[in-house]
Amino acid sequence: MTEQMPVITGLGAITPLGLSYKDLWQGLCDGKCGIDRITAFDPAGFTCQIAGQVPEFKIRDYVPKSMRKTTKLMSRDIELAVVAADEAFKDAGLTTKAIDEANITINPERTAIIFGAGLISCDLVELAPAVAKSITDGKFDIKKWGAEGIEHLTPLWLLKYLPNMPACHVGIIHDIQGPSNSITCAEAASQLAIGEALQIIVRGSADVALAGGGEAKVNPLIMLRQCLNKRAATEYNDNPKDGCRPFDADAKGSVFGEAAGCLVLERLENAKQRSAKVHAQIAGAGASCSINAQYEHLEPDGKGVQYAIESALEQAKIKPEQLDLIIPHGTGIPQDDIAEARGIRGALGSAVDKIPVFPTKSMISNTGAAGGAIDVITACCAIKDGIIPAAKNCDNINKDCKLNISGKKVNKEINYVLCCSYTYGGQTAAIILKNEN
Amino acid sequence: MIDKTKQRVVITGMGIVCPLGNDVATMWDGILNCRNETDMTTIFDASGFPTKFSSEVKNYDITKYIKNPELHKDGNRHCKFAIGAAAQACRQAKIDIETSTPQDGIDRRRLGIYFGSGESSVDNENFFGAIAEGWDDEKGQMDWKKWASAAFGKMQACYELEQESNMPAAHVAMLAGARGASRSCLTACAASTQAIGEAFKMIQSGAVDVVIAGGAHSMIHPLGVTGFNRLTALSTRNDSPKTASRPFSASRDGFVLGEGAAMVILETLESAKKRGVEILAEIIGYGSSNDAFRVTDMHEEARGAVQAIEAALKDAKLSYKDIDYVSTHGTSTGENDSIETVALKKVFKEEAKNTPVSSVKSMLGHLIGAAGAAELITCVLAIRDNILPPTINLNEPDPSLDLDYVPLKPRKAKVDIAINESFGFGGQNNVVIVRRFEN
Repeated sequence: MTEQMPVITGLGAITPLGLSYKDLWQGLCDGKCGIDRITAFDPAGFTCQIAGQVPEFKIRDYVPKSMRKTTKLMSRDIELAVVAADEAFKDAGLTTKAIDEANITINPERTAIIFGAGLISCDLVELAPAVAKSITDGKFDIKKWGAEGIEHLTPLWLLKYLPNMPACHVGIIHDIQGPSNSITCAEAASQLAIGEALQIIVRGSADVALAGGGEAKVNPLIMLRQCLNKRAATEYNDNPKDGCRPFDADAKGSVFGEAAGCLVLERLENAKQRSAKVHAQIAGAGASCSINAQYEHLEPDGKGVQYAIESALEQAKIKPEQLDLIIPHGTGIPQDDIAEARGIRGALGSAVDKIPVFPTKSMISNTGAAGGAIDVITACCAIKDGIIPAAKNCDNINKDCKLNISGKKVNKEINYVLCCSYTYGGQTAAIILKNEN
Repeated sequence: MIDKTKQRVVITGMGIVCPLGNDVATMWDGILNCRNETDMTTIFDASGFPTKFSSEVKNYDITKYIKNPELHKDGNRHCKFAIGAAAQACRQAKIDIETSTPQDGIDRRRLGIYFGSGESSVDNENFFGAIAEGWDDEKGQMDWKKWASAAFGKMQACYELEQESNMPAAHVAMLAGARGASRSCLTACAASTQAIGEAFKMIQSGAVDVVIAGGAHSMIHPLGVTGFNRLTALSTRNDSPKTASRPFSASRDGFVLGEGAAMVILETLESAKKRGVEILAEIIGYGSSNDAFRVTDMHEEARGAVQAIEAALKDAKLSYKDIDYVSTHGTSTGENDSIETVALKKVFKEEAKNTPVSSVKSMLGHLIGAAGAAELITCVLAIRDNILPPTINLNEPDPSLDLDYVPLKPRKAKVDIAINESFGFGGQNNVVIVRRFEN
């Protein structure tokens, strides 16, 4: 089976720590935190006023000249995906239509794109002027909206917000004509997308797949939703960098952010033929349902997490003791972190006491559909450099979590890494990476 | 010829909630009698919009399908449809629901979910109300403090949680106690065909034995109609809603928005036999492709559509000559119906005019994310009854579209193998092939 399992040959990331995956890794190693007071809009009226925002970038720099018109149709989620995809193909040493039309080295029909996307929120700034034209006696008038208000929206308005559009734009830019899917499983989306891309390559439907996810969560509507559901940390508005504390006793909720992460997956044979550098091999992927009548939270015993990890271990044909690193979902929402820790322990047993655990959201924030891919990228970098960065904001581990999280950087050879993710709604994923070198 | 190198995957249950009825038999009766239930929109006041009608689900009562609706009370409209459709499909496949001690012979860790499901409708009154309150008319911009104050006061946590499109899968996992791999995808109008295709592959990969697969969607909400009306994708035949969906007709002017949920149970042949459940049909092929052309238009030469159909045929180890019936995407838009016809001619070559193709959207309307799953169910029934579902409202054929669209009324014909096609905005193409089950 391992012969058939695809390898990762390209990485791309845009995160609050920078505009490349190298910035991401450097930031994590340096203990940088990308969380700060929100500047995208005035957050004063919100219970949580902090988030992870990506540094400034110009989308035009990532789109070939002939396609720049299409950037007008890109919501921020789409832009983030386009940036990360560009880096991933370049890092893989693959030439696509966008990179150099005269020397294309991918076979478009044999290239797939499987992307995790969130519910792209309509831009309220764009809707507001149209709503303002639809008021009768001080109240919103749906009839007037239908008759007049909607005329103030650009005709292609809807196309900015369909969740398959990040994959479609990336597909058009790089000419990806093979299987294409957009996985909409919130915070588990990108690891489920990576798992599906793996299946697509193993079954022979494509030779190369771009997989990952992206989401722009720093907007008023999403922040409101997270605040209303009491998932957002509200007690760290004056100390943003301390705000996201996965598995920590002082955790008060998650901090949300924006990012995209892309991986190029490739048949091992394909990668060897073109002497591509290999970041890691995907040794196993598992998925499951967590079930909880409180749909916004993980089930208290973490059973779904346990099942997903067990499936991934089974596919990778390894024992828990062989894992050198775990990158958990770790949101900073205490009851979810406790449940996740139970699920991890349920799957790995006492082996878990010795395996280093490195949560990333304290530095990157919770970037929704991007998060799982960002963690897999982080795992690839850890494997390559043999480094586990120091965890941040986990100085006082919650006694119910009992994970081996260290505030000190560790140098060690890393052979196998486990990444896991779950979401409100219960879809759960686990991925195991193997050091190929 | 049956491919023995791969795990065989069969359909053992089906369920539907749609404008023609809230169970499979009623829906099929509607199709065989050429019914169309499109009428003026009642879900919200659409009287100001360019399109004032839609094909709504009527008289849906979740308590007819499940015992504990309380666990699903916050689910949005399409989520409740998903629960009803899934409950029907599970019953037919003898999968126990709403119990912690199932006796159906299925290991819950081998029971997965794959939906092509849509977003929820926003909390319209409060959503628009908060924007109106947050708008600073003098400055011509949003005042986020004012908006937040209004929104925090008006909006409900549970309603907002249910917005995300993975929630129908969450509720159905709860319903059936499913613990295996679960995914939701949203590839526009192709989503549930993709979900069924990928579920089929998930089973073949060995990850799970049984999957509840399908779709659920309702875009009959103000922002949905706004989006489609701005794209001029919807029919505006307000004086004749029941004839507005007229795929392949010369006078077609856009699609008719429908809503609903459709679910199938996919299962390994081995599991179905072991459990002794009736086998309704076999899934034998799946193809997916990306136009990579424009976000607004289909590829002019139907490149992606052809690739997806041919990939599905290859997966099924079939030739185009083996196909008895094609359930088209057939939306009733100018572009889709023309380009789909081009695709069919390219794939079916000399057999193109002899291969019956039809669009049940002429009766159901367009269920968007749920369309593909609903149409797959009609393919299974076409095989069961040896009947071709018609394309109704095709009184004025488009001279440039010259295939056999099974116009106006159903037709008796031997149907053993059928293709179900779905094409979505952005160039998403998904195709599934289903065959009469033979041991």
